[in-house]
Amino acid sequence: MFTGLMLNTWIAATAVAIIGGVTGFFAVLRGSTFAAHAIPNGAFAGAAGANLLGFNPIAGLALFSVAGALGIAGLSRRARHDVATALTFVLMLGIGALFVSWSTEYAQEAYSLLFGEVYGVSTNEVRPIILLGAISIMLILIMFRPLMLSSAMPEVAAARGLSPDLMELAFLVVMALATSMTVPVVGALLMFSLMIGPAAAARSFTASPVLAMGLSVALALVSVWAGIVLSYHTSWPLGFFVGMFGAGFFLLGRGWAAIRTTRVIPLH
Amino acid sequence: MHDIFAAGFFSSEPVHTALLVGAVIAITSAVVGVFTVTRGQSFAGHSLADISVTGGSGAILVGLNQFWGYLAFGAGVAAFMELIGIQRKRGRDVATGVVLGAALGLSALFLYLDTESSSTTGATVTVMFGAIWEITSSTVPALIVSAVLALFTVLALARPLLLSSLSPDIAAARGVPVRLIGAAFLMVLAISVALSAVIIGAILSTALLIGPAAAALRISKGPIKAMVTAAAIGTAATWLGILLSYDSHSWPPANSGGWPVSFFVVALVVLAYLATYISGWRRPAAQEAEQHSCSPA
Amino acid sequence: MTQDLVNLDHISVRLGGRQILSDVSLAINPAEFTGLIGPNGAGKTTLLRVILGLQQTTEGTVTRHATVGYVPQKLLIEPDMPLRVKDVVALGIDGQRLGFHLPSKQRRDRVDAMLEAVGAQAYKDARVGELSGGEQQRVMIAHALISKPKLLLLDEPLANLDISSAHSIVSLLAKLSKSEQIAILLSAHDMNPLLPVMDRIVYVAGGQVAVGTPDEVVQSDVLTRLYGQPVEVIRVRDRVLVVADA
Repeated sequence: MFTGLMLNTWIAATAVAIIGGVTGFFAVLRGSTFAAHAIPNGAFAGAAGANLLGFNPIAGLALFSVAGALGIAGLSRRARHDVATALTFVLMLGIGALFVSWSTEYAQEAYSLLFGEVYGVSTNEVRPIILLGAISIMLILIMFRPLMLSSAMPEVAAARGLSPDLMELAFLVVMALATSMTVPVVGALLMFSLMIGPAAAARSFTASPVLAMGLSVALALVSVWAGIVLSYHTSWPLGFFVGMFGAGFFLLGRGWAAIRTTRVIPLH
Repeated sequence: MHDIFAAGFFSSEPVHTALLVGAVIAITSAVVGVFTVTRGQSFAGHSLADISVTGGSGAILVGLNQFWGYLAFGAGVAAFMELIGIQRKRGRDVATGVVLGAALGLSALFLYLDTESSSTTGATVTVMFGAIWEITSSTVPALIVSAVLALFTVLALARPLLLSSLSPDIAAARGVPVRLIGAAFLMVLAISVALSAVIIGAILSTALLIGPAAAALRISKGPIKAMVTAAAIGTAATWLGILLSYDSHSWPPANSGGWPVSFFVVALVVLAYLATYISGWRRPAAQEAEQHSCSPA
Repeated sequence: MTQDLVNLDHISVRLGGRQILSDVSLAINPAEFTGLIGPNGAGKTTLLRVILGLQQTTEGTVTRHATVGYVPQKLLIEPDMPLRVKDVVALGIDGQRLGFHLPSKQRRDRVDAMLEAVGAQAYKDARVGELSGGEQQRVMIAHALISKPKLLLLDEPLANLDISSAHSIVSLLAKLSKSEQIAILLSAHDMNPLLPVMDRIVYVAGGQVAVGTPDEVVQSDVLTRLYGQPVEVIRVRDRVLVVADA
């Protein structure tokens, strides 16, 4: 289970979980969960298009994701927000559907782009994934303190000269890069579960930001590692396990938070 | 110069079915969509769509037509949502997203098992992007009856629905059972989503629900005009989508079997919505503002 | 003699652990203009909701002998709600019923007459979501009145209006009250715009009420008893100020 193609899978999945956990932590902090829904849809179309044109799909993903991120930054100001975003989601999925329908392996490609392909991480994909991961980590490290400040206390950050729009844009770009890495492994539809589930759960367990981020990464790693093992033995798709773990951890976190608050009873 | 209607369009049996069923479903979705958007329940529609994916893939696994899966899961979740009181207007909740993620994960499993148990790999495409050309004659009556039922119900409920959108308190004070009406509407929404999913796929079904309605609401003022306009836009997009998809059999890329209907429908619906932003389509708001800024407060 | 329209008999309301209203008794008489005055959070909205039947009481009985029209506090209407002013007023006739009505000249005339009465004819084809606060107020009054209630309740109708709009609405309501013989119960935190037209005042503070004519109720001793702390009533020209004693 640890040799050859599987090695690629382990490497890619680990990188994805780390970046996903960190980015997800900020996404939940900033309340940008909408972006976590929207960007993968664009990524779906981008990957399908890249496949058609013979580009490295990661490149197509990255391009479309970043473009999508920029589009979303502009879109979130429009009136009737919910309609505009719903229509953009489906348009991107529809374009993806078109591209995928042109490929010779319509059904398989649709499935792997939407739900991930754990064994499909070829060696020429692992390198871009690790590269993107390294870039994302570097960006996050550089931006860490201003990002924390503007995520947790945007007015204070703005008063100190940190333009909230710029930070939002920078964050969305990081999210786009993280998405490009994640979609090949868990699929466009399940990226939300991997990125947001562990991060939201972590927040229920601890209030310390550093601990929460660490826990977020840890839970994401558990999701993919356990997922890979289970997937290897059952042949069931990794995306299924990621979805289940994401929801499971989240519910555990909520349960924990509920128990904690009911235990704090004022002394009579 | 190609013919607008490629050869065999009017004589093809699947085309007839697609046009008929497509129109009925488009009209129902559009009208239900007007109320969905007005009540701010677009996100509920999106959630039901994601759940439909699970239902549809599960149905195929047990050998049923995917429509029954869409319907059963959608109606079940609608009932659940009503029970725990989720009618939030602007709720893009993390909790809902994560739970839907689990449902999609389950869909991944079901679709994988679908391809293992049967030799075809068509389930993914059918559930995700619709199967308007494969509507079996045995399902047609069920689809039409469900659509008519949903349409009839929403029209019967139209006035109390509008009243409670205006003010739930006024409605309650006048004896409208606001929660019951809301629950009934959620059921109708679930049925509409299931129907749209049949023709353009579960994850794209919100296009037929929200798109025509949103466009109509921008250009029509009164309730009846809004519903009629939405129905017209939805039907036009669906029929044009069917036509373009049929024609595209001869378009590049070669051997692709034509472009999917769902792509055309989504693209056309979005185009229609964007078209309403072209100035001049909207009744001149400036004129009206002038009109009543002169009247006594 | 003349039966009262609504009778509240020693009602109390407890919500979320708080006693909102205690032992409140009140009778609303026909064609009377009553102001429901009190500071924010005093329980005015709760009282109105009890009268409407939207709020259960923990004690006491509510008897109604009349249909009640209701104009809630500022409605949040999206600009693209597919209802024109005339549609909203038409909904006031029978919007709670299922199904459809056939368009008829009788209905149209009835709606037009109501729009005329509230002065909203000029914008009857406008979307209700695009009106100003004062215009929307008039439309909702028309909506409530078209079903010919004997009592009209308004929850803080003047809160977001400028002075002249507030005076217009008050005059309109007083006029309609007399011409249609409708009782009006209107809540506000500032009684001054209502002084010229109020027959009676119901002053709410600390979950309790003082009922009577403005001259009877708006006195320092009465309000001090009601608030449970020293309160002074100051009359400056024709305005009334209620201030907490230093």
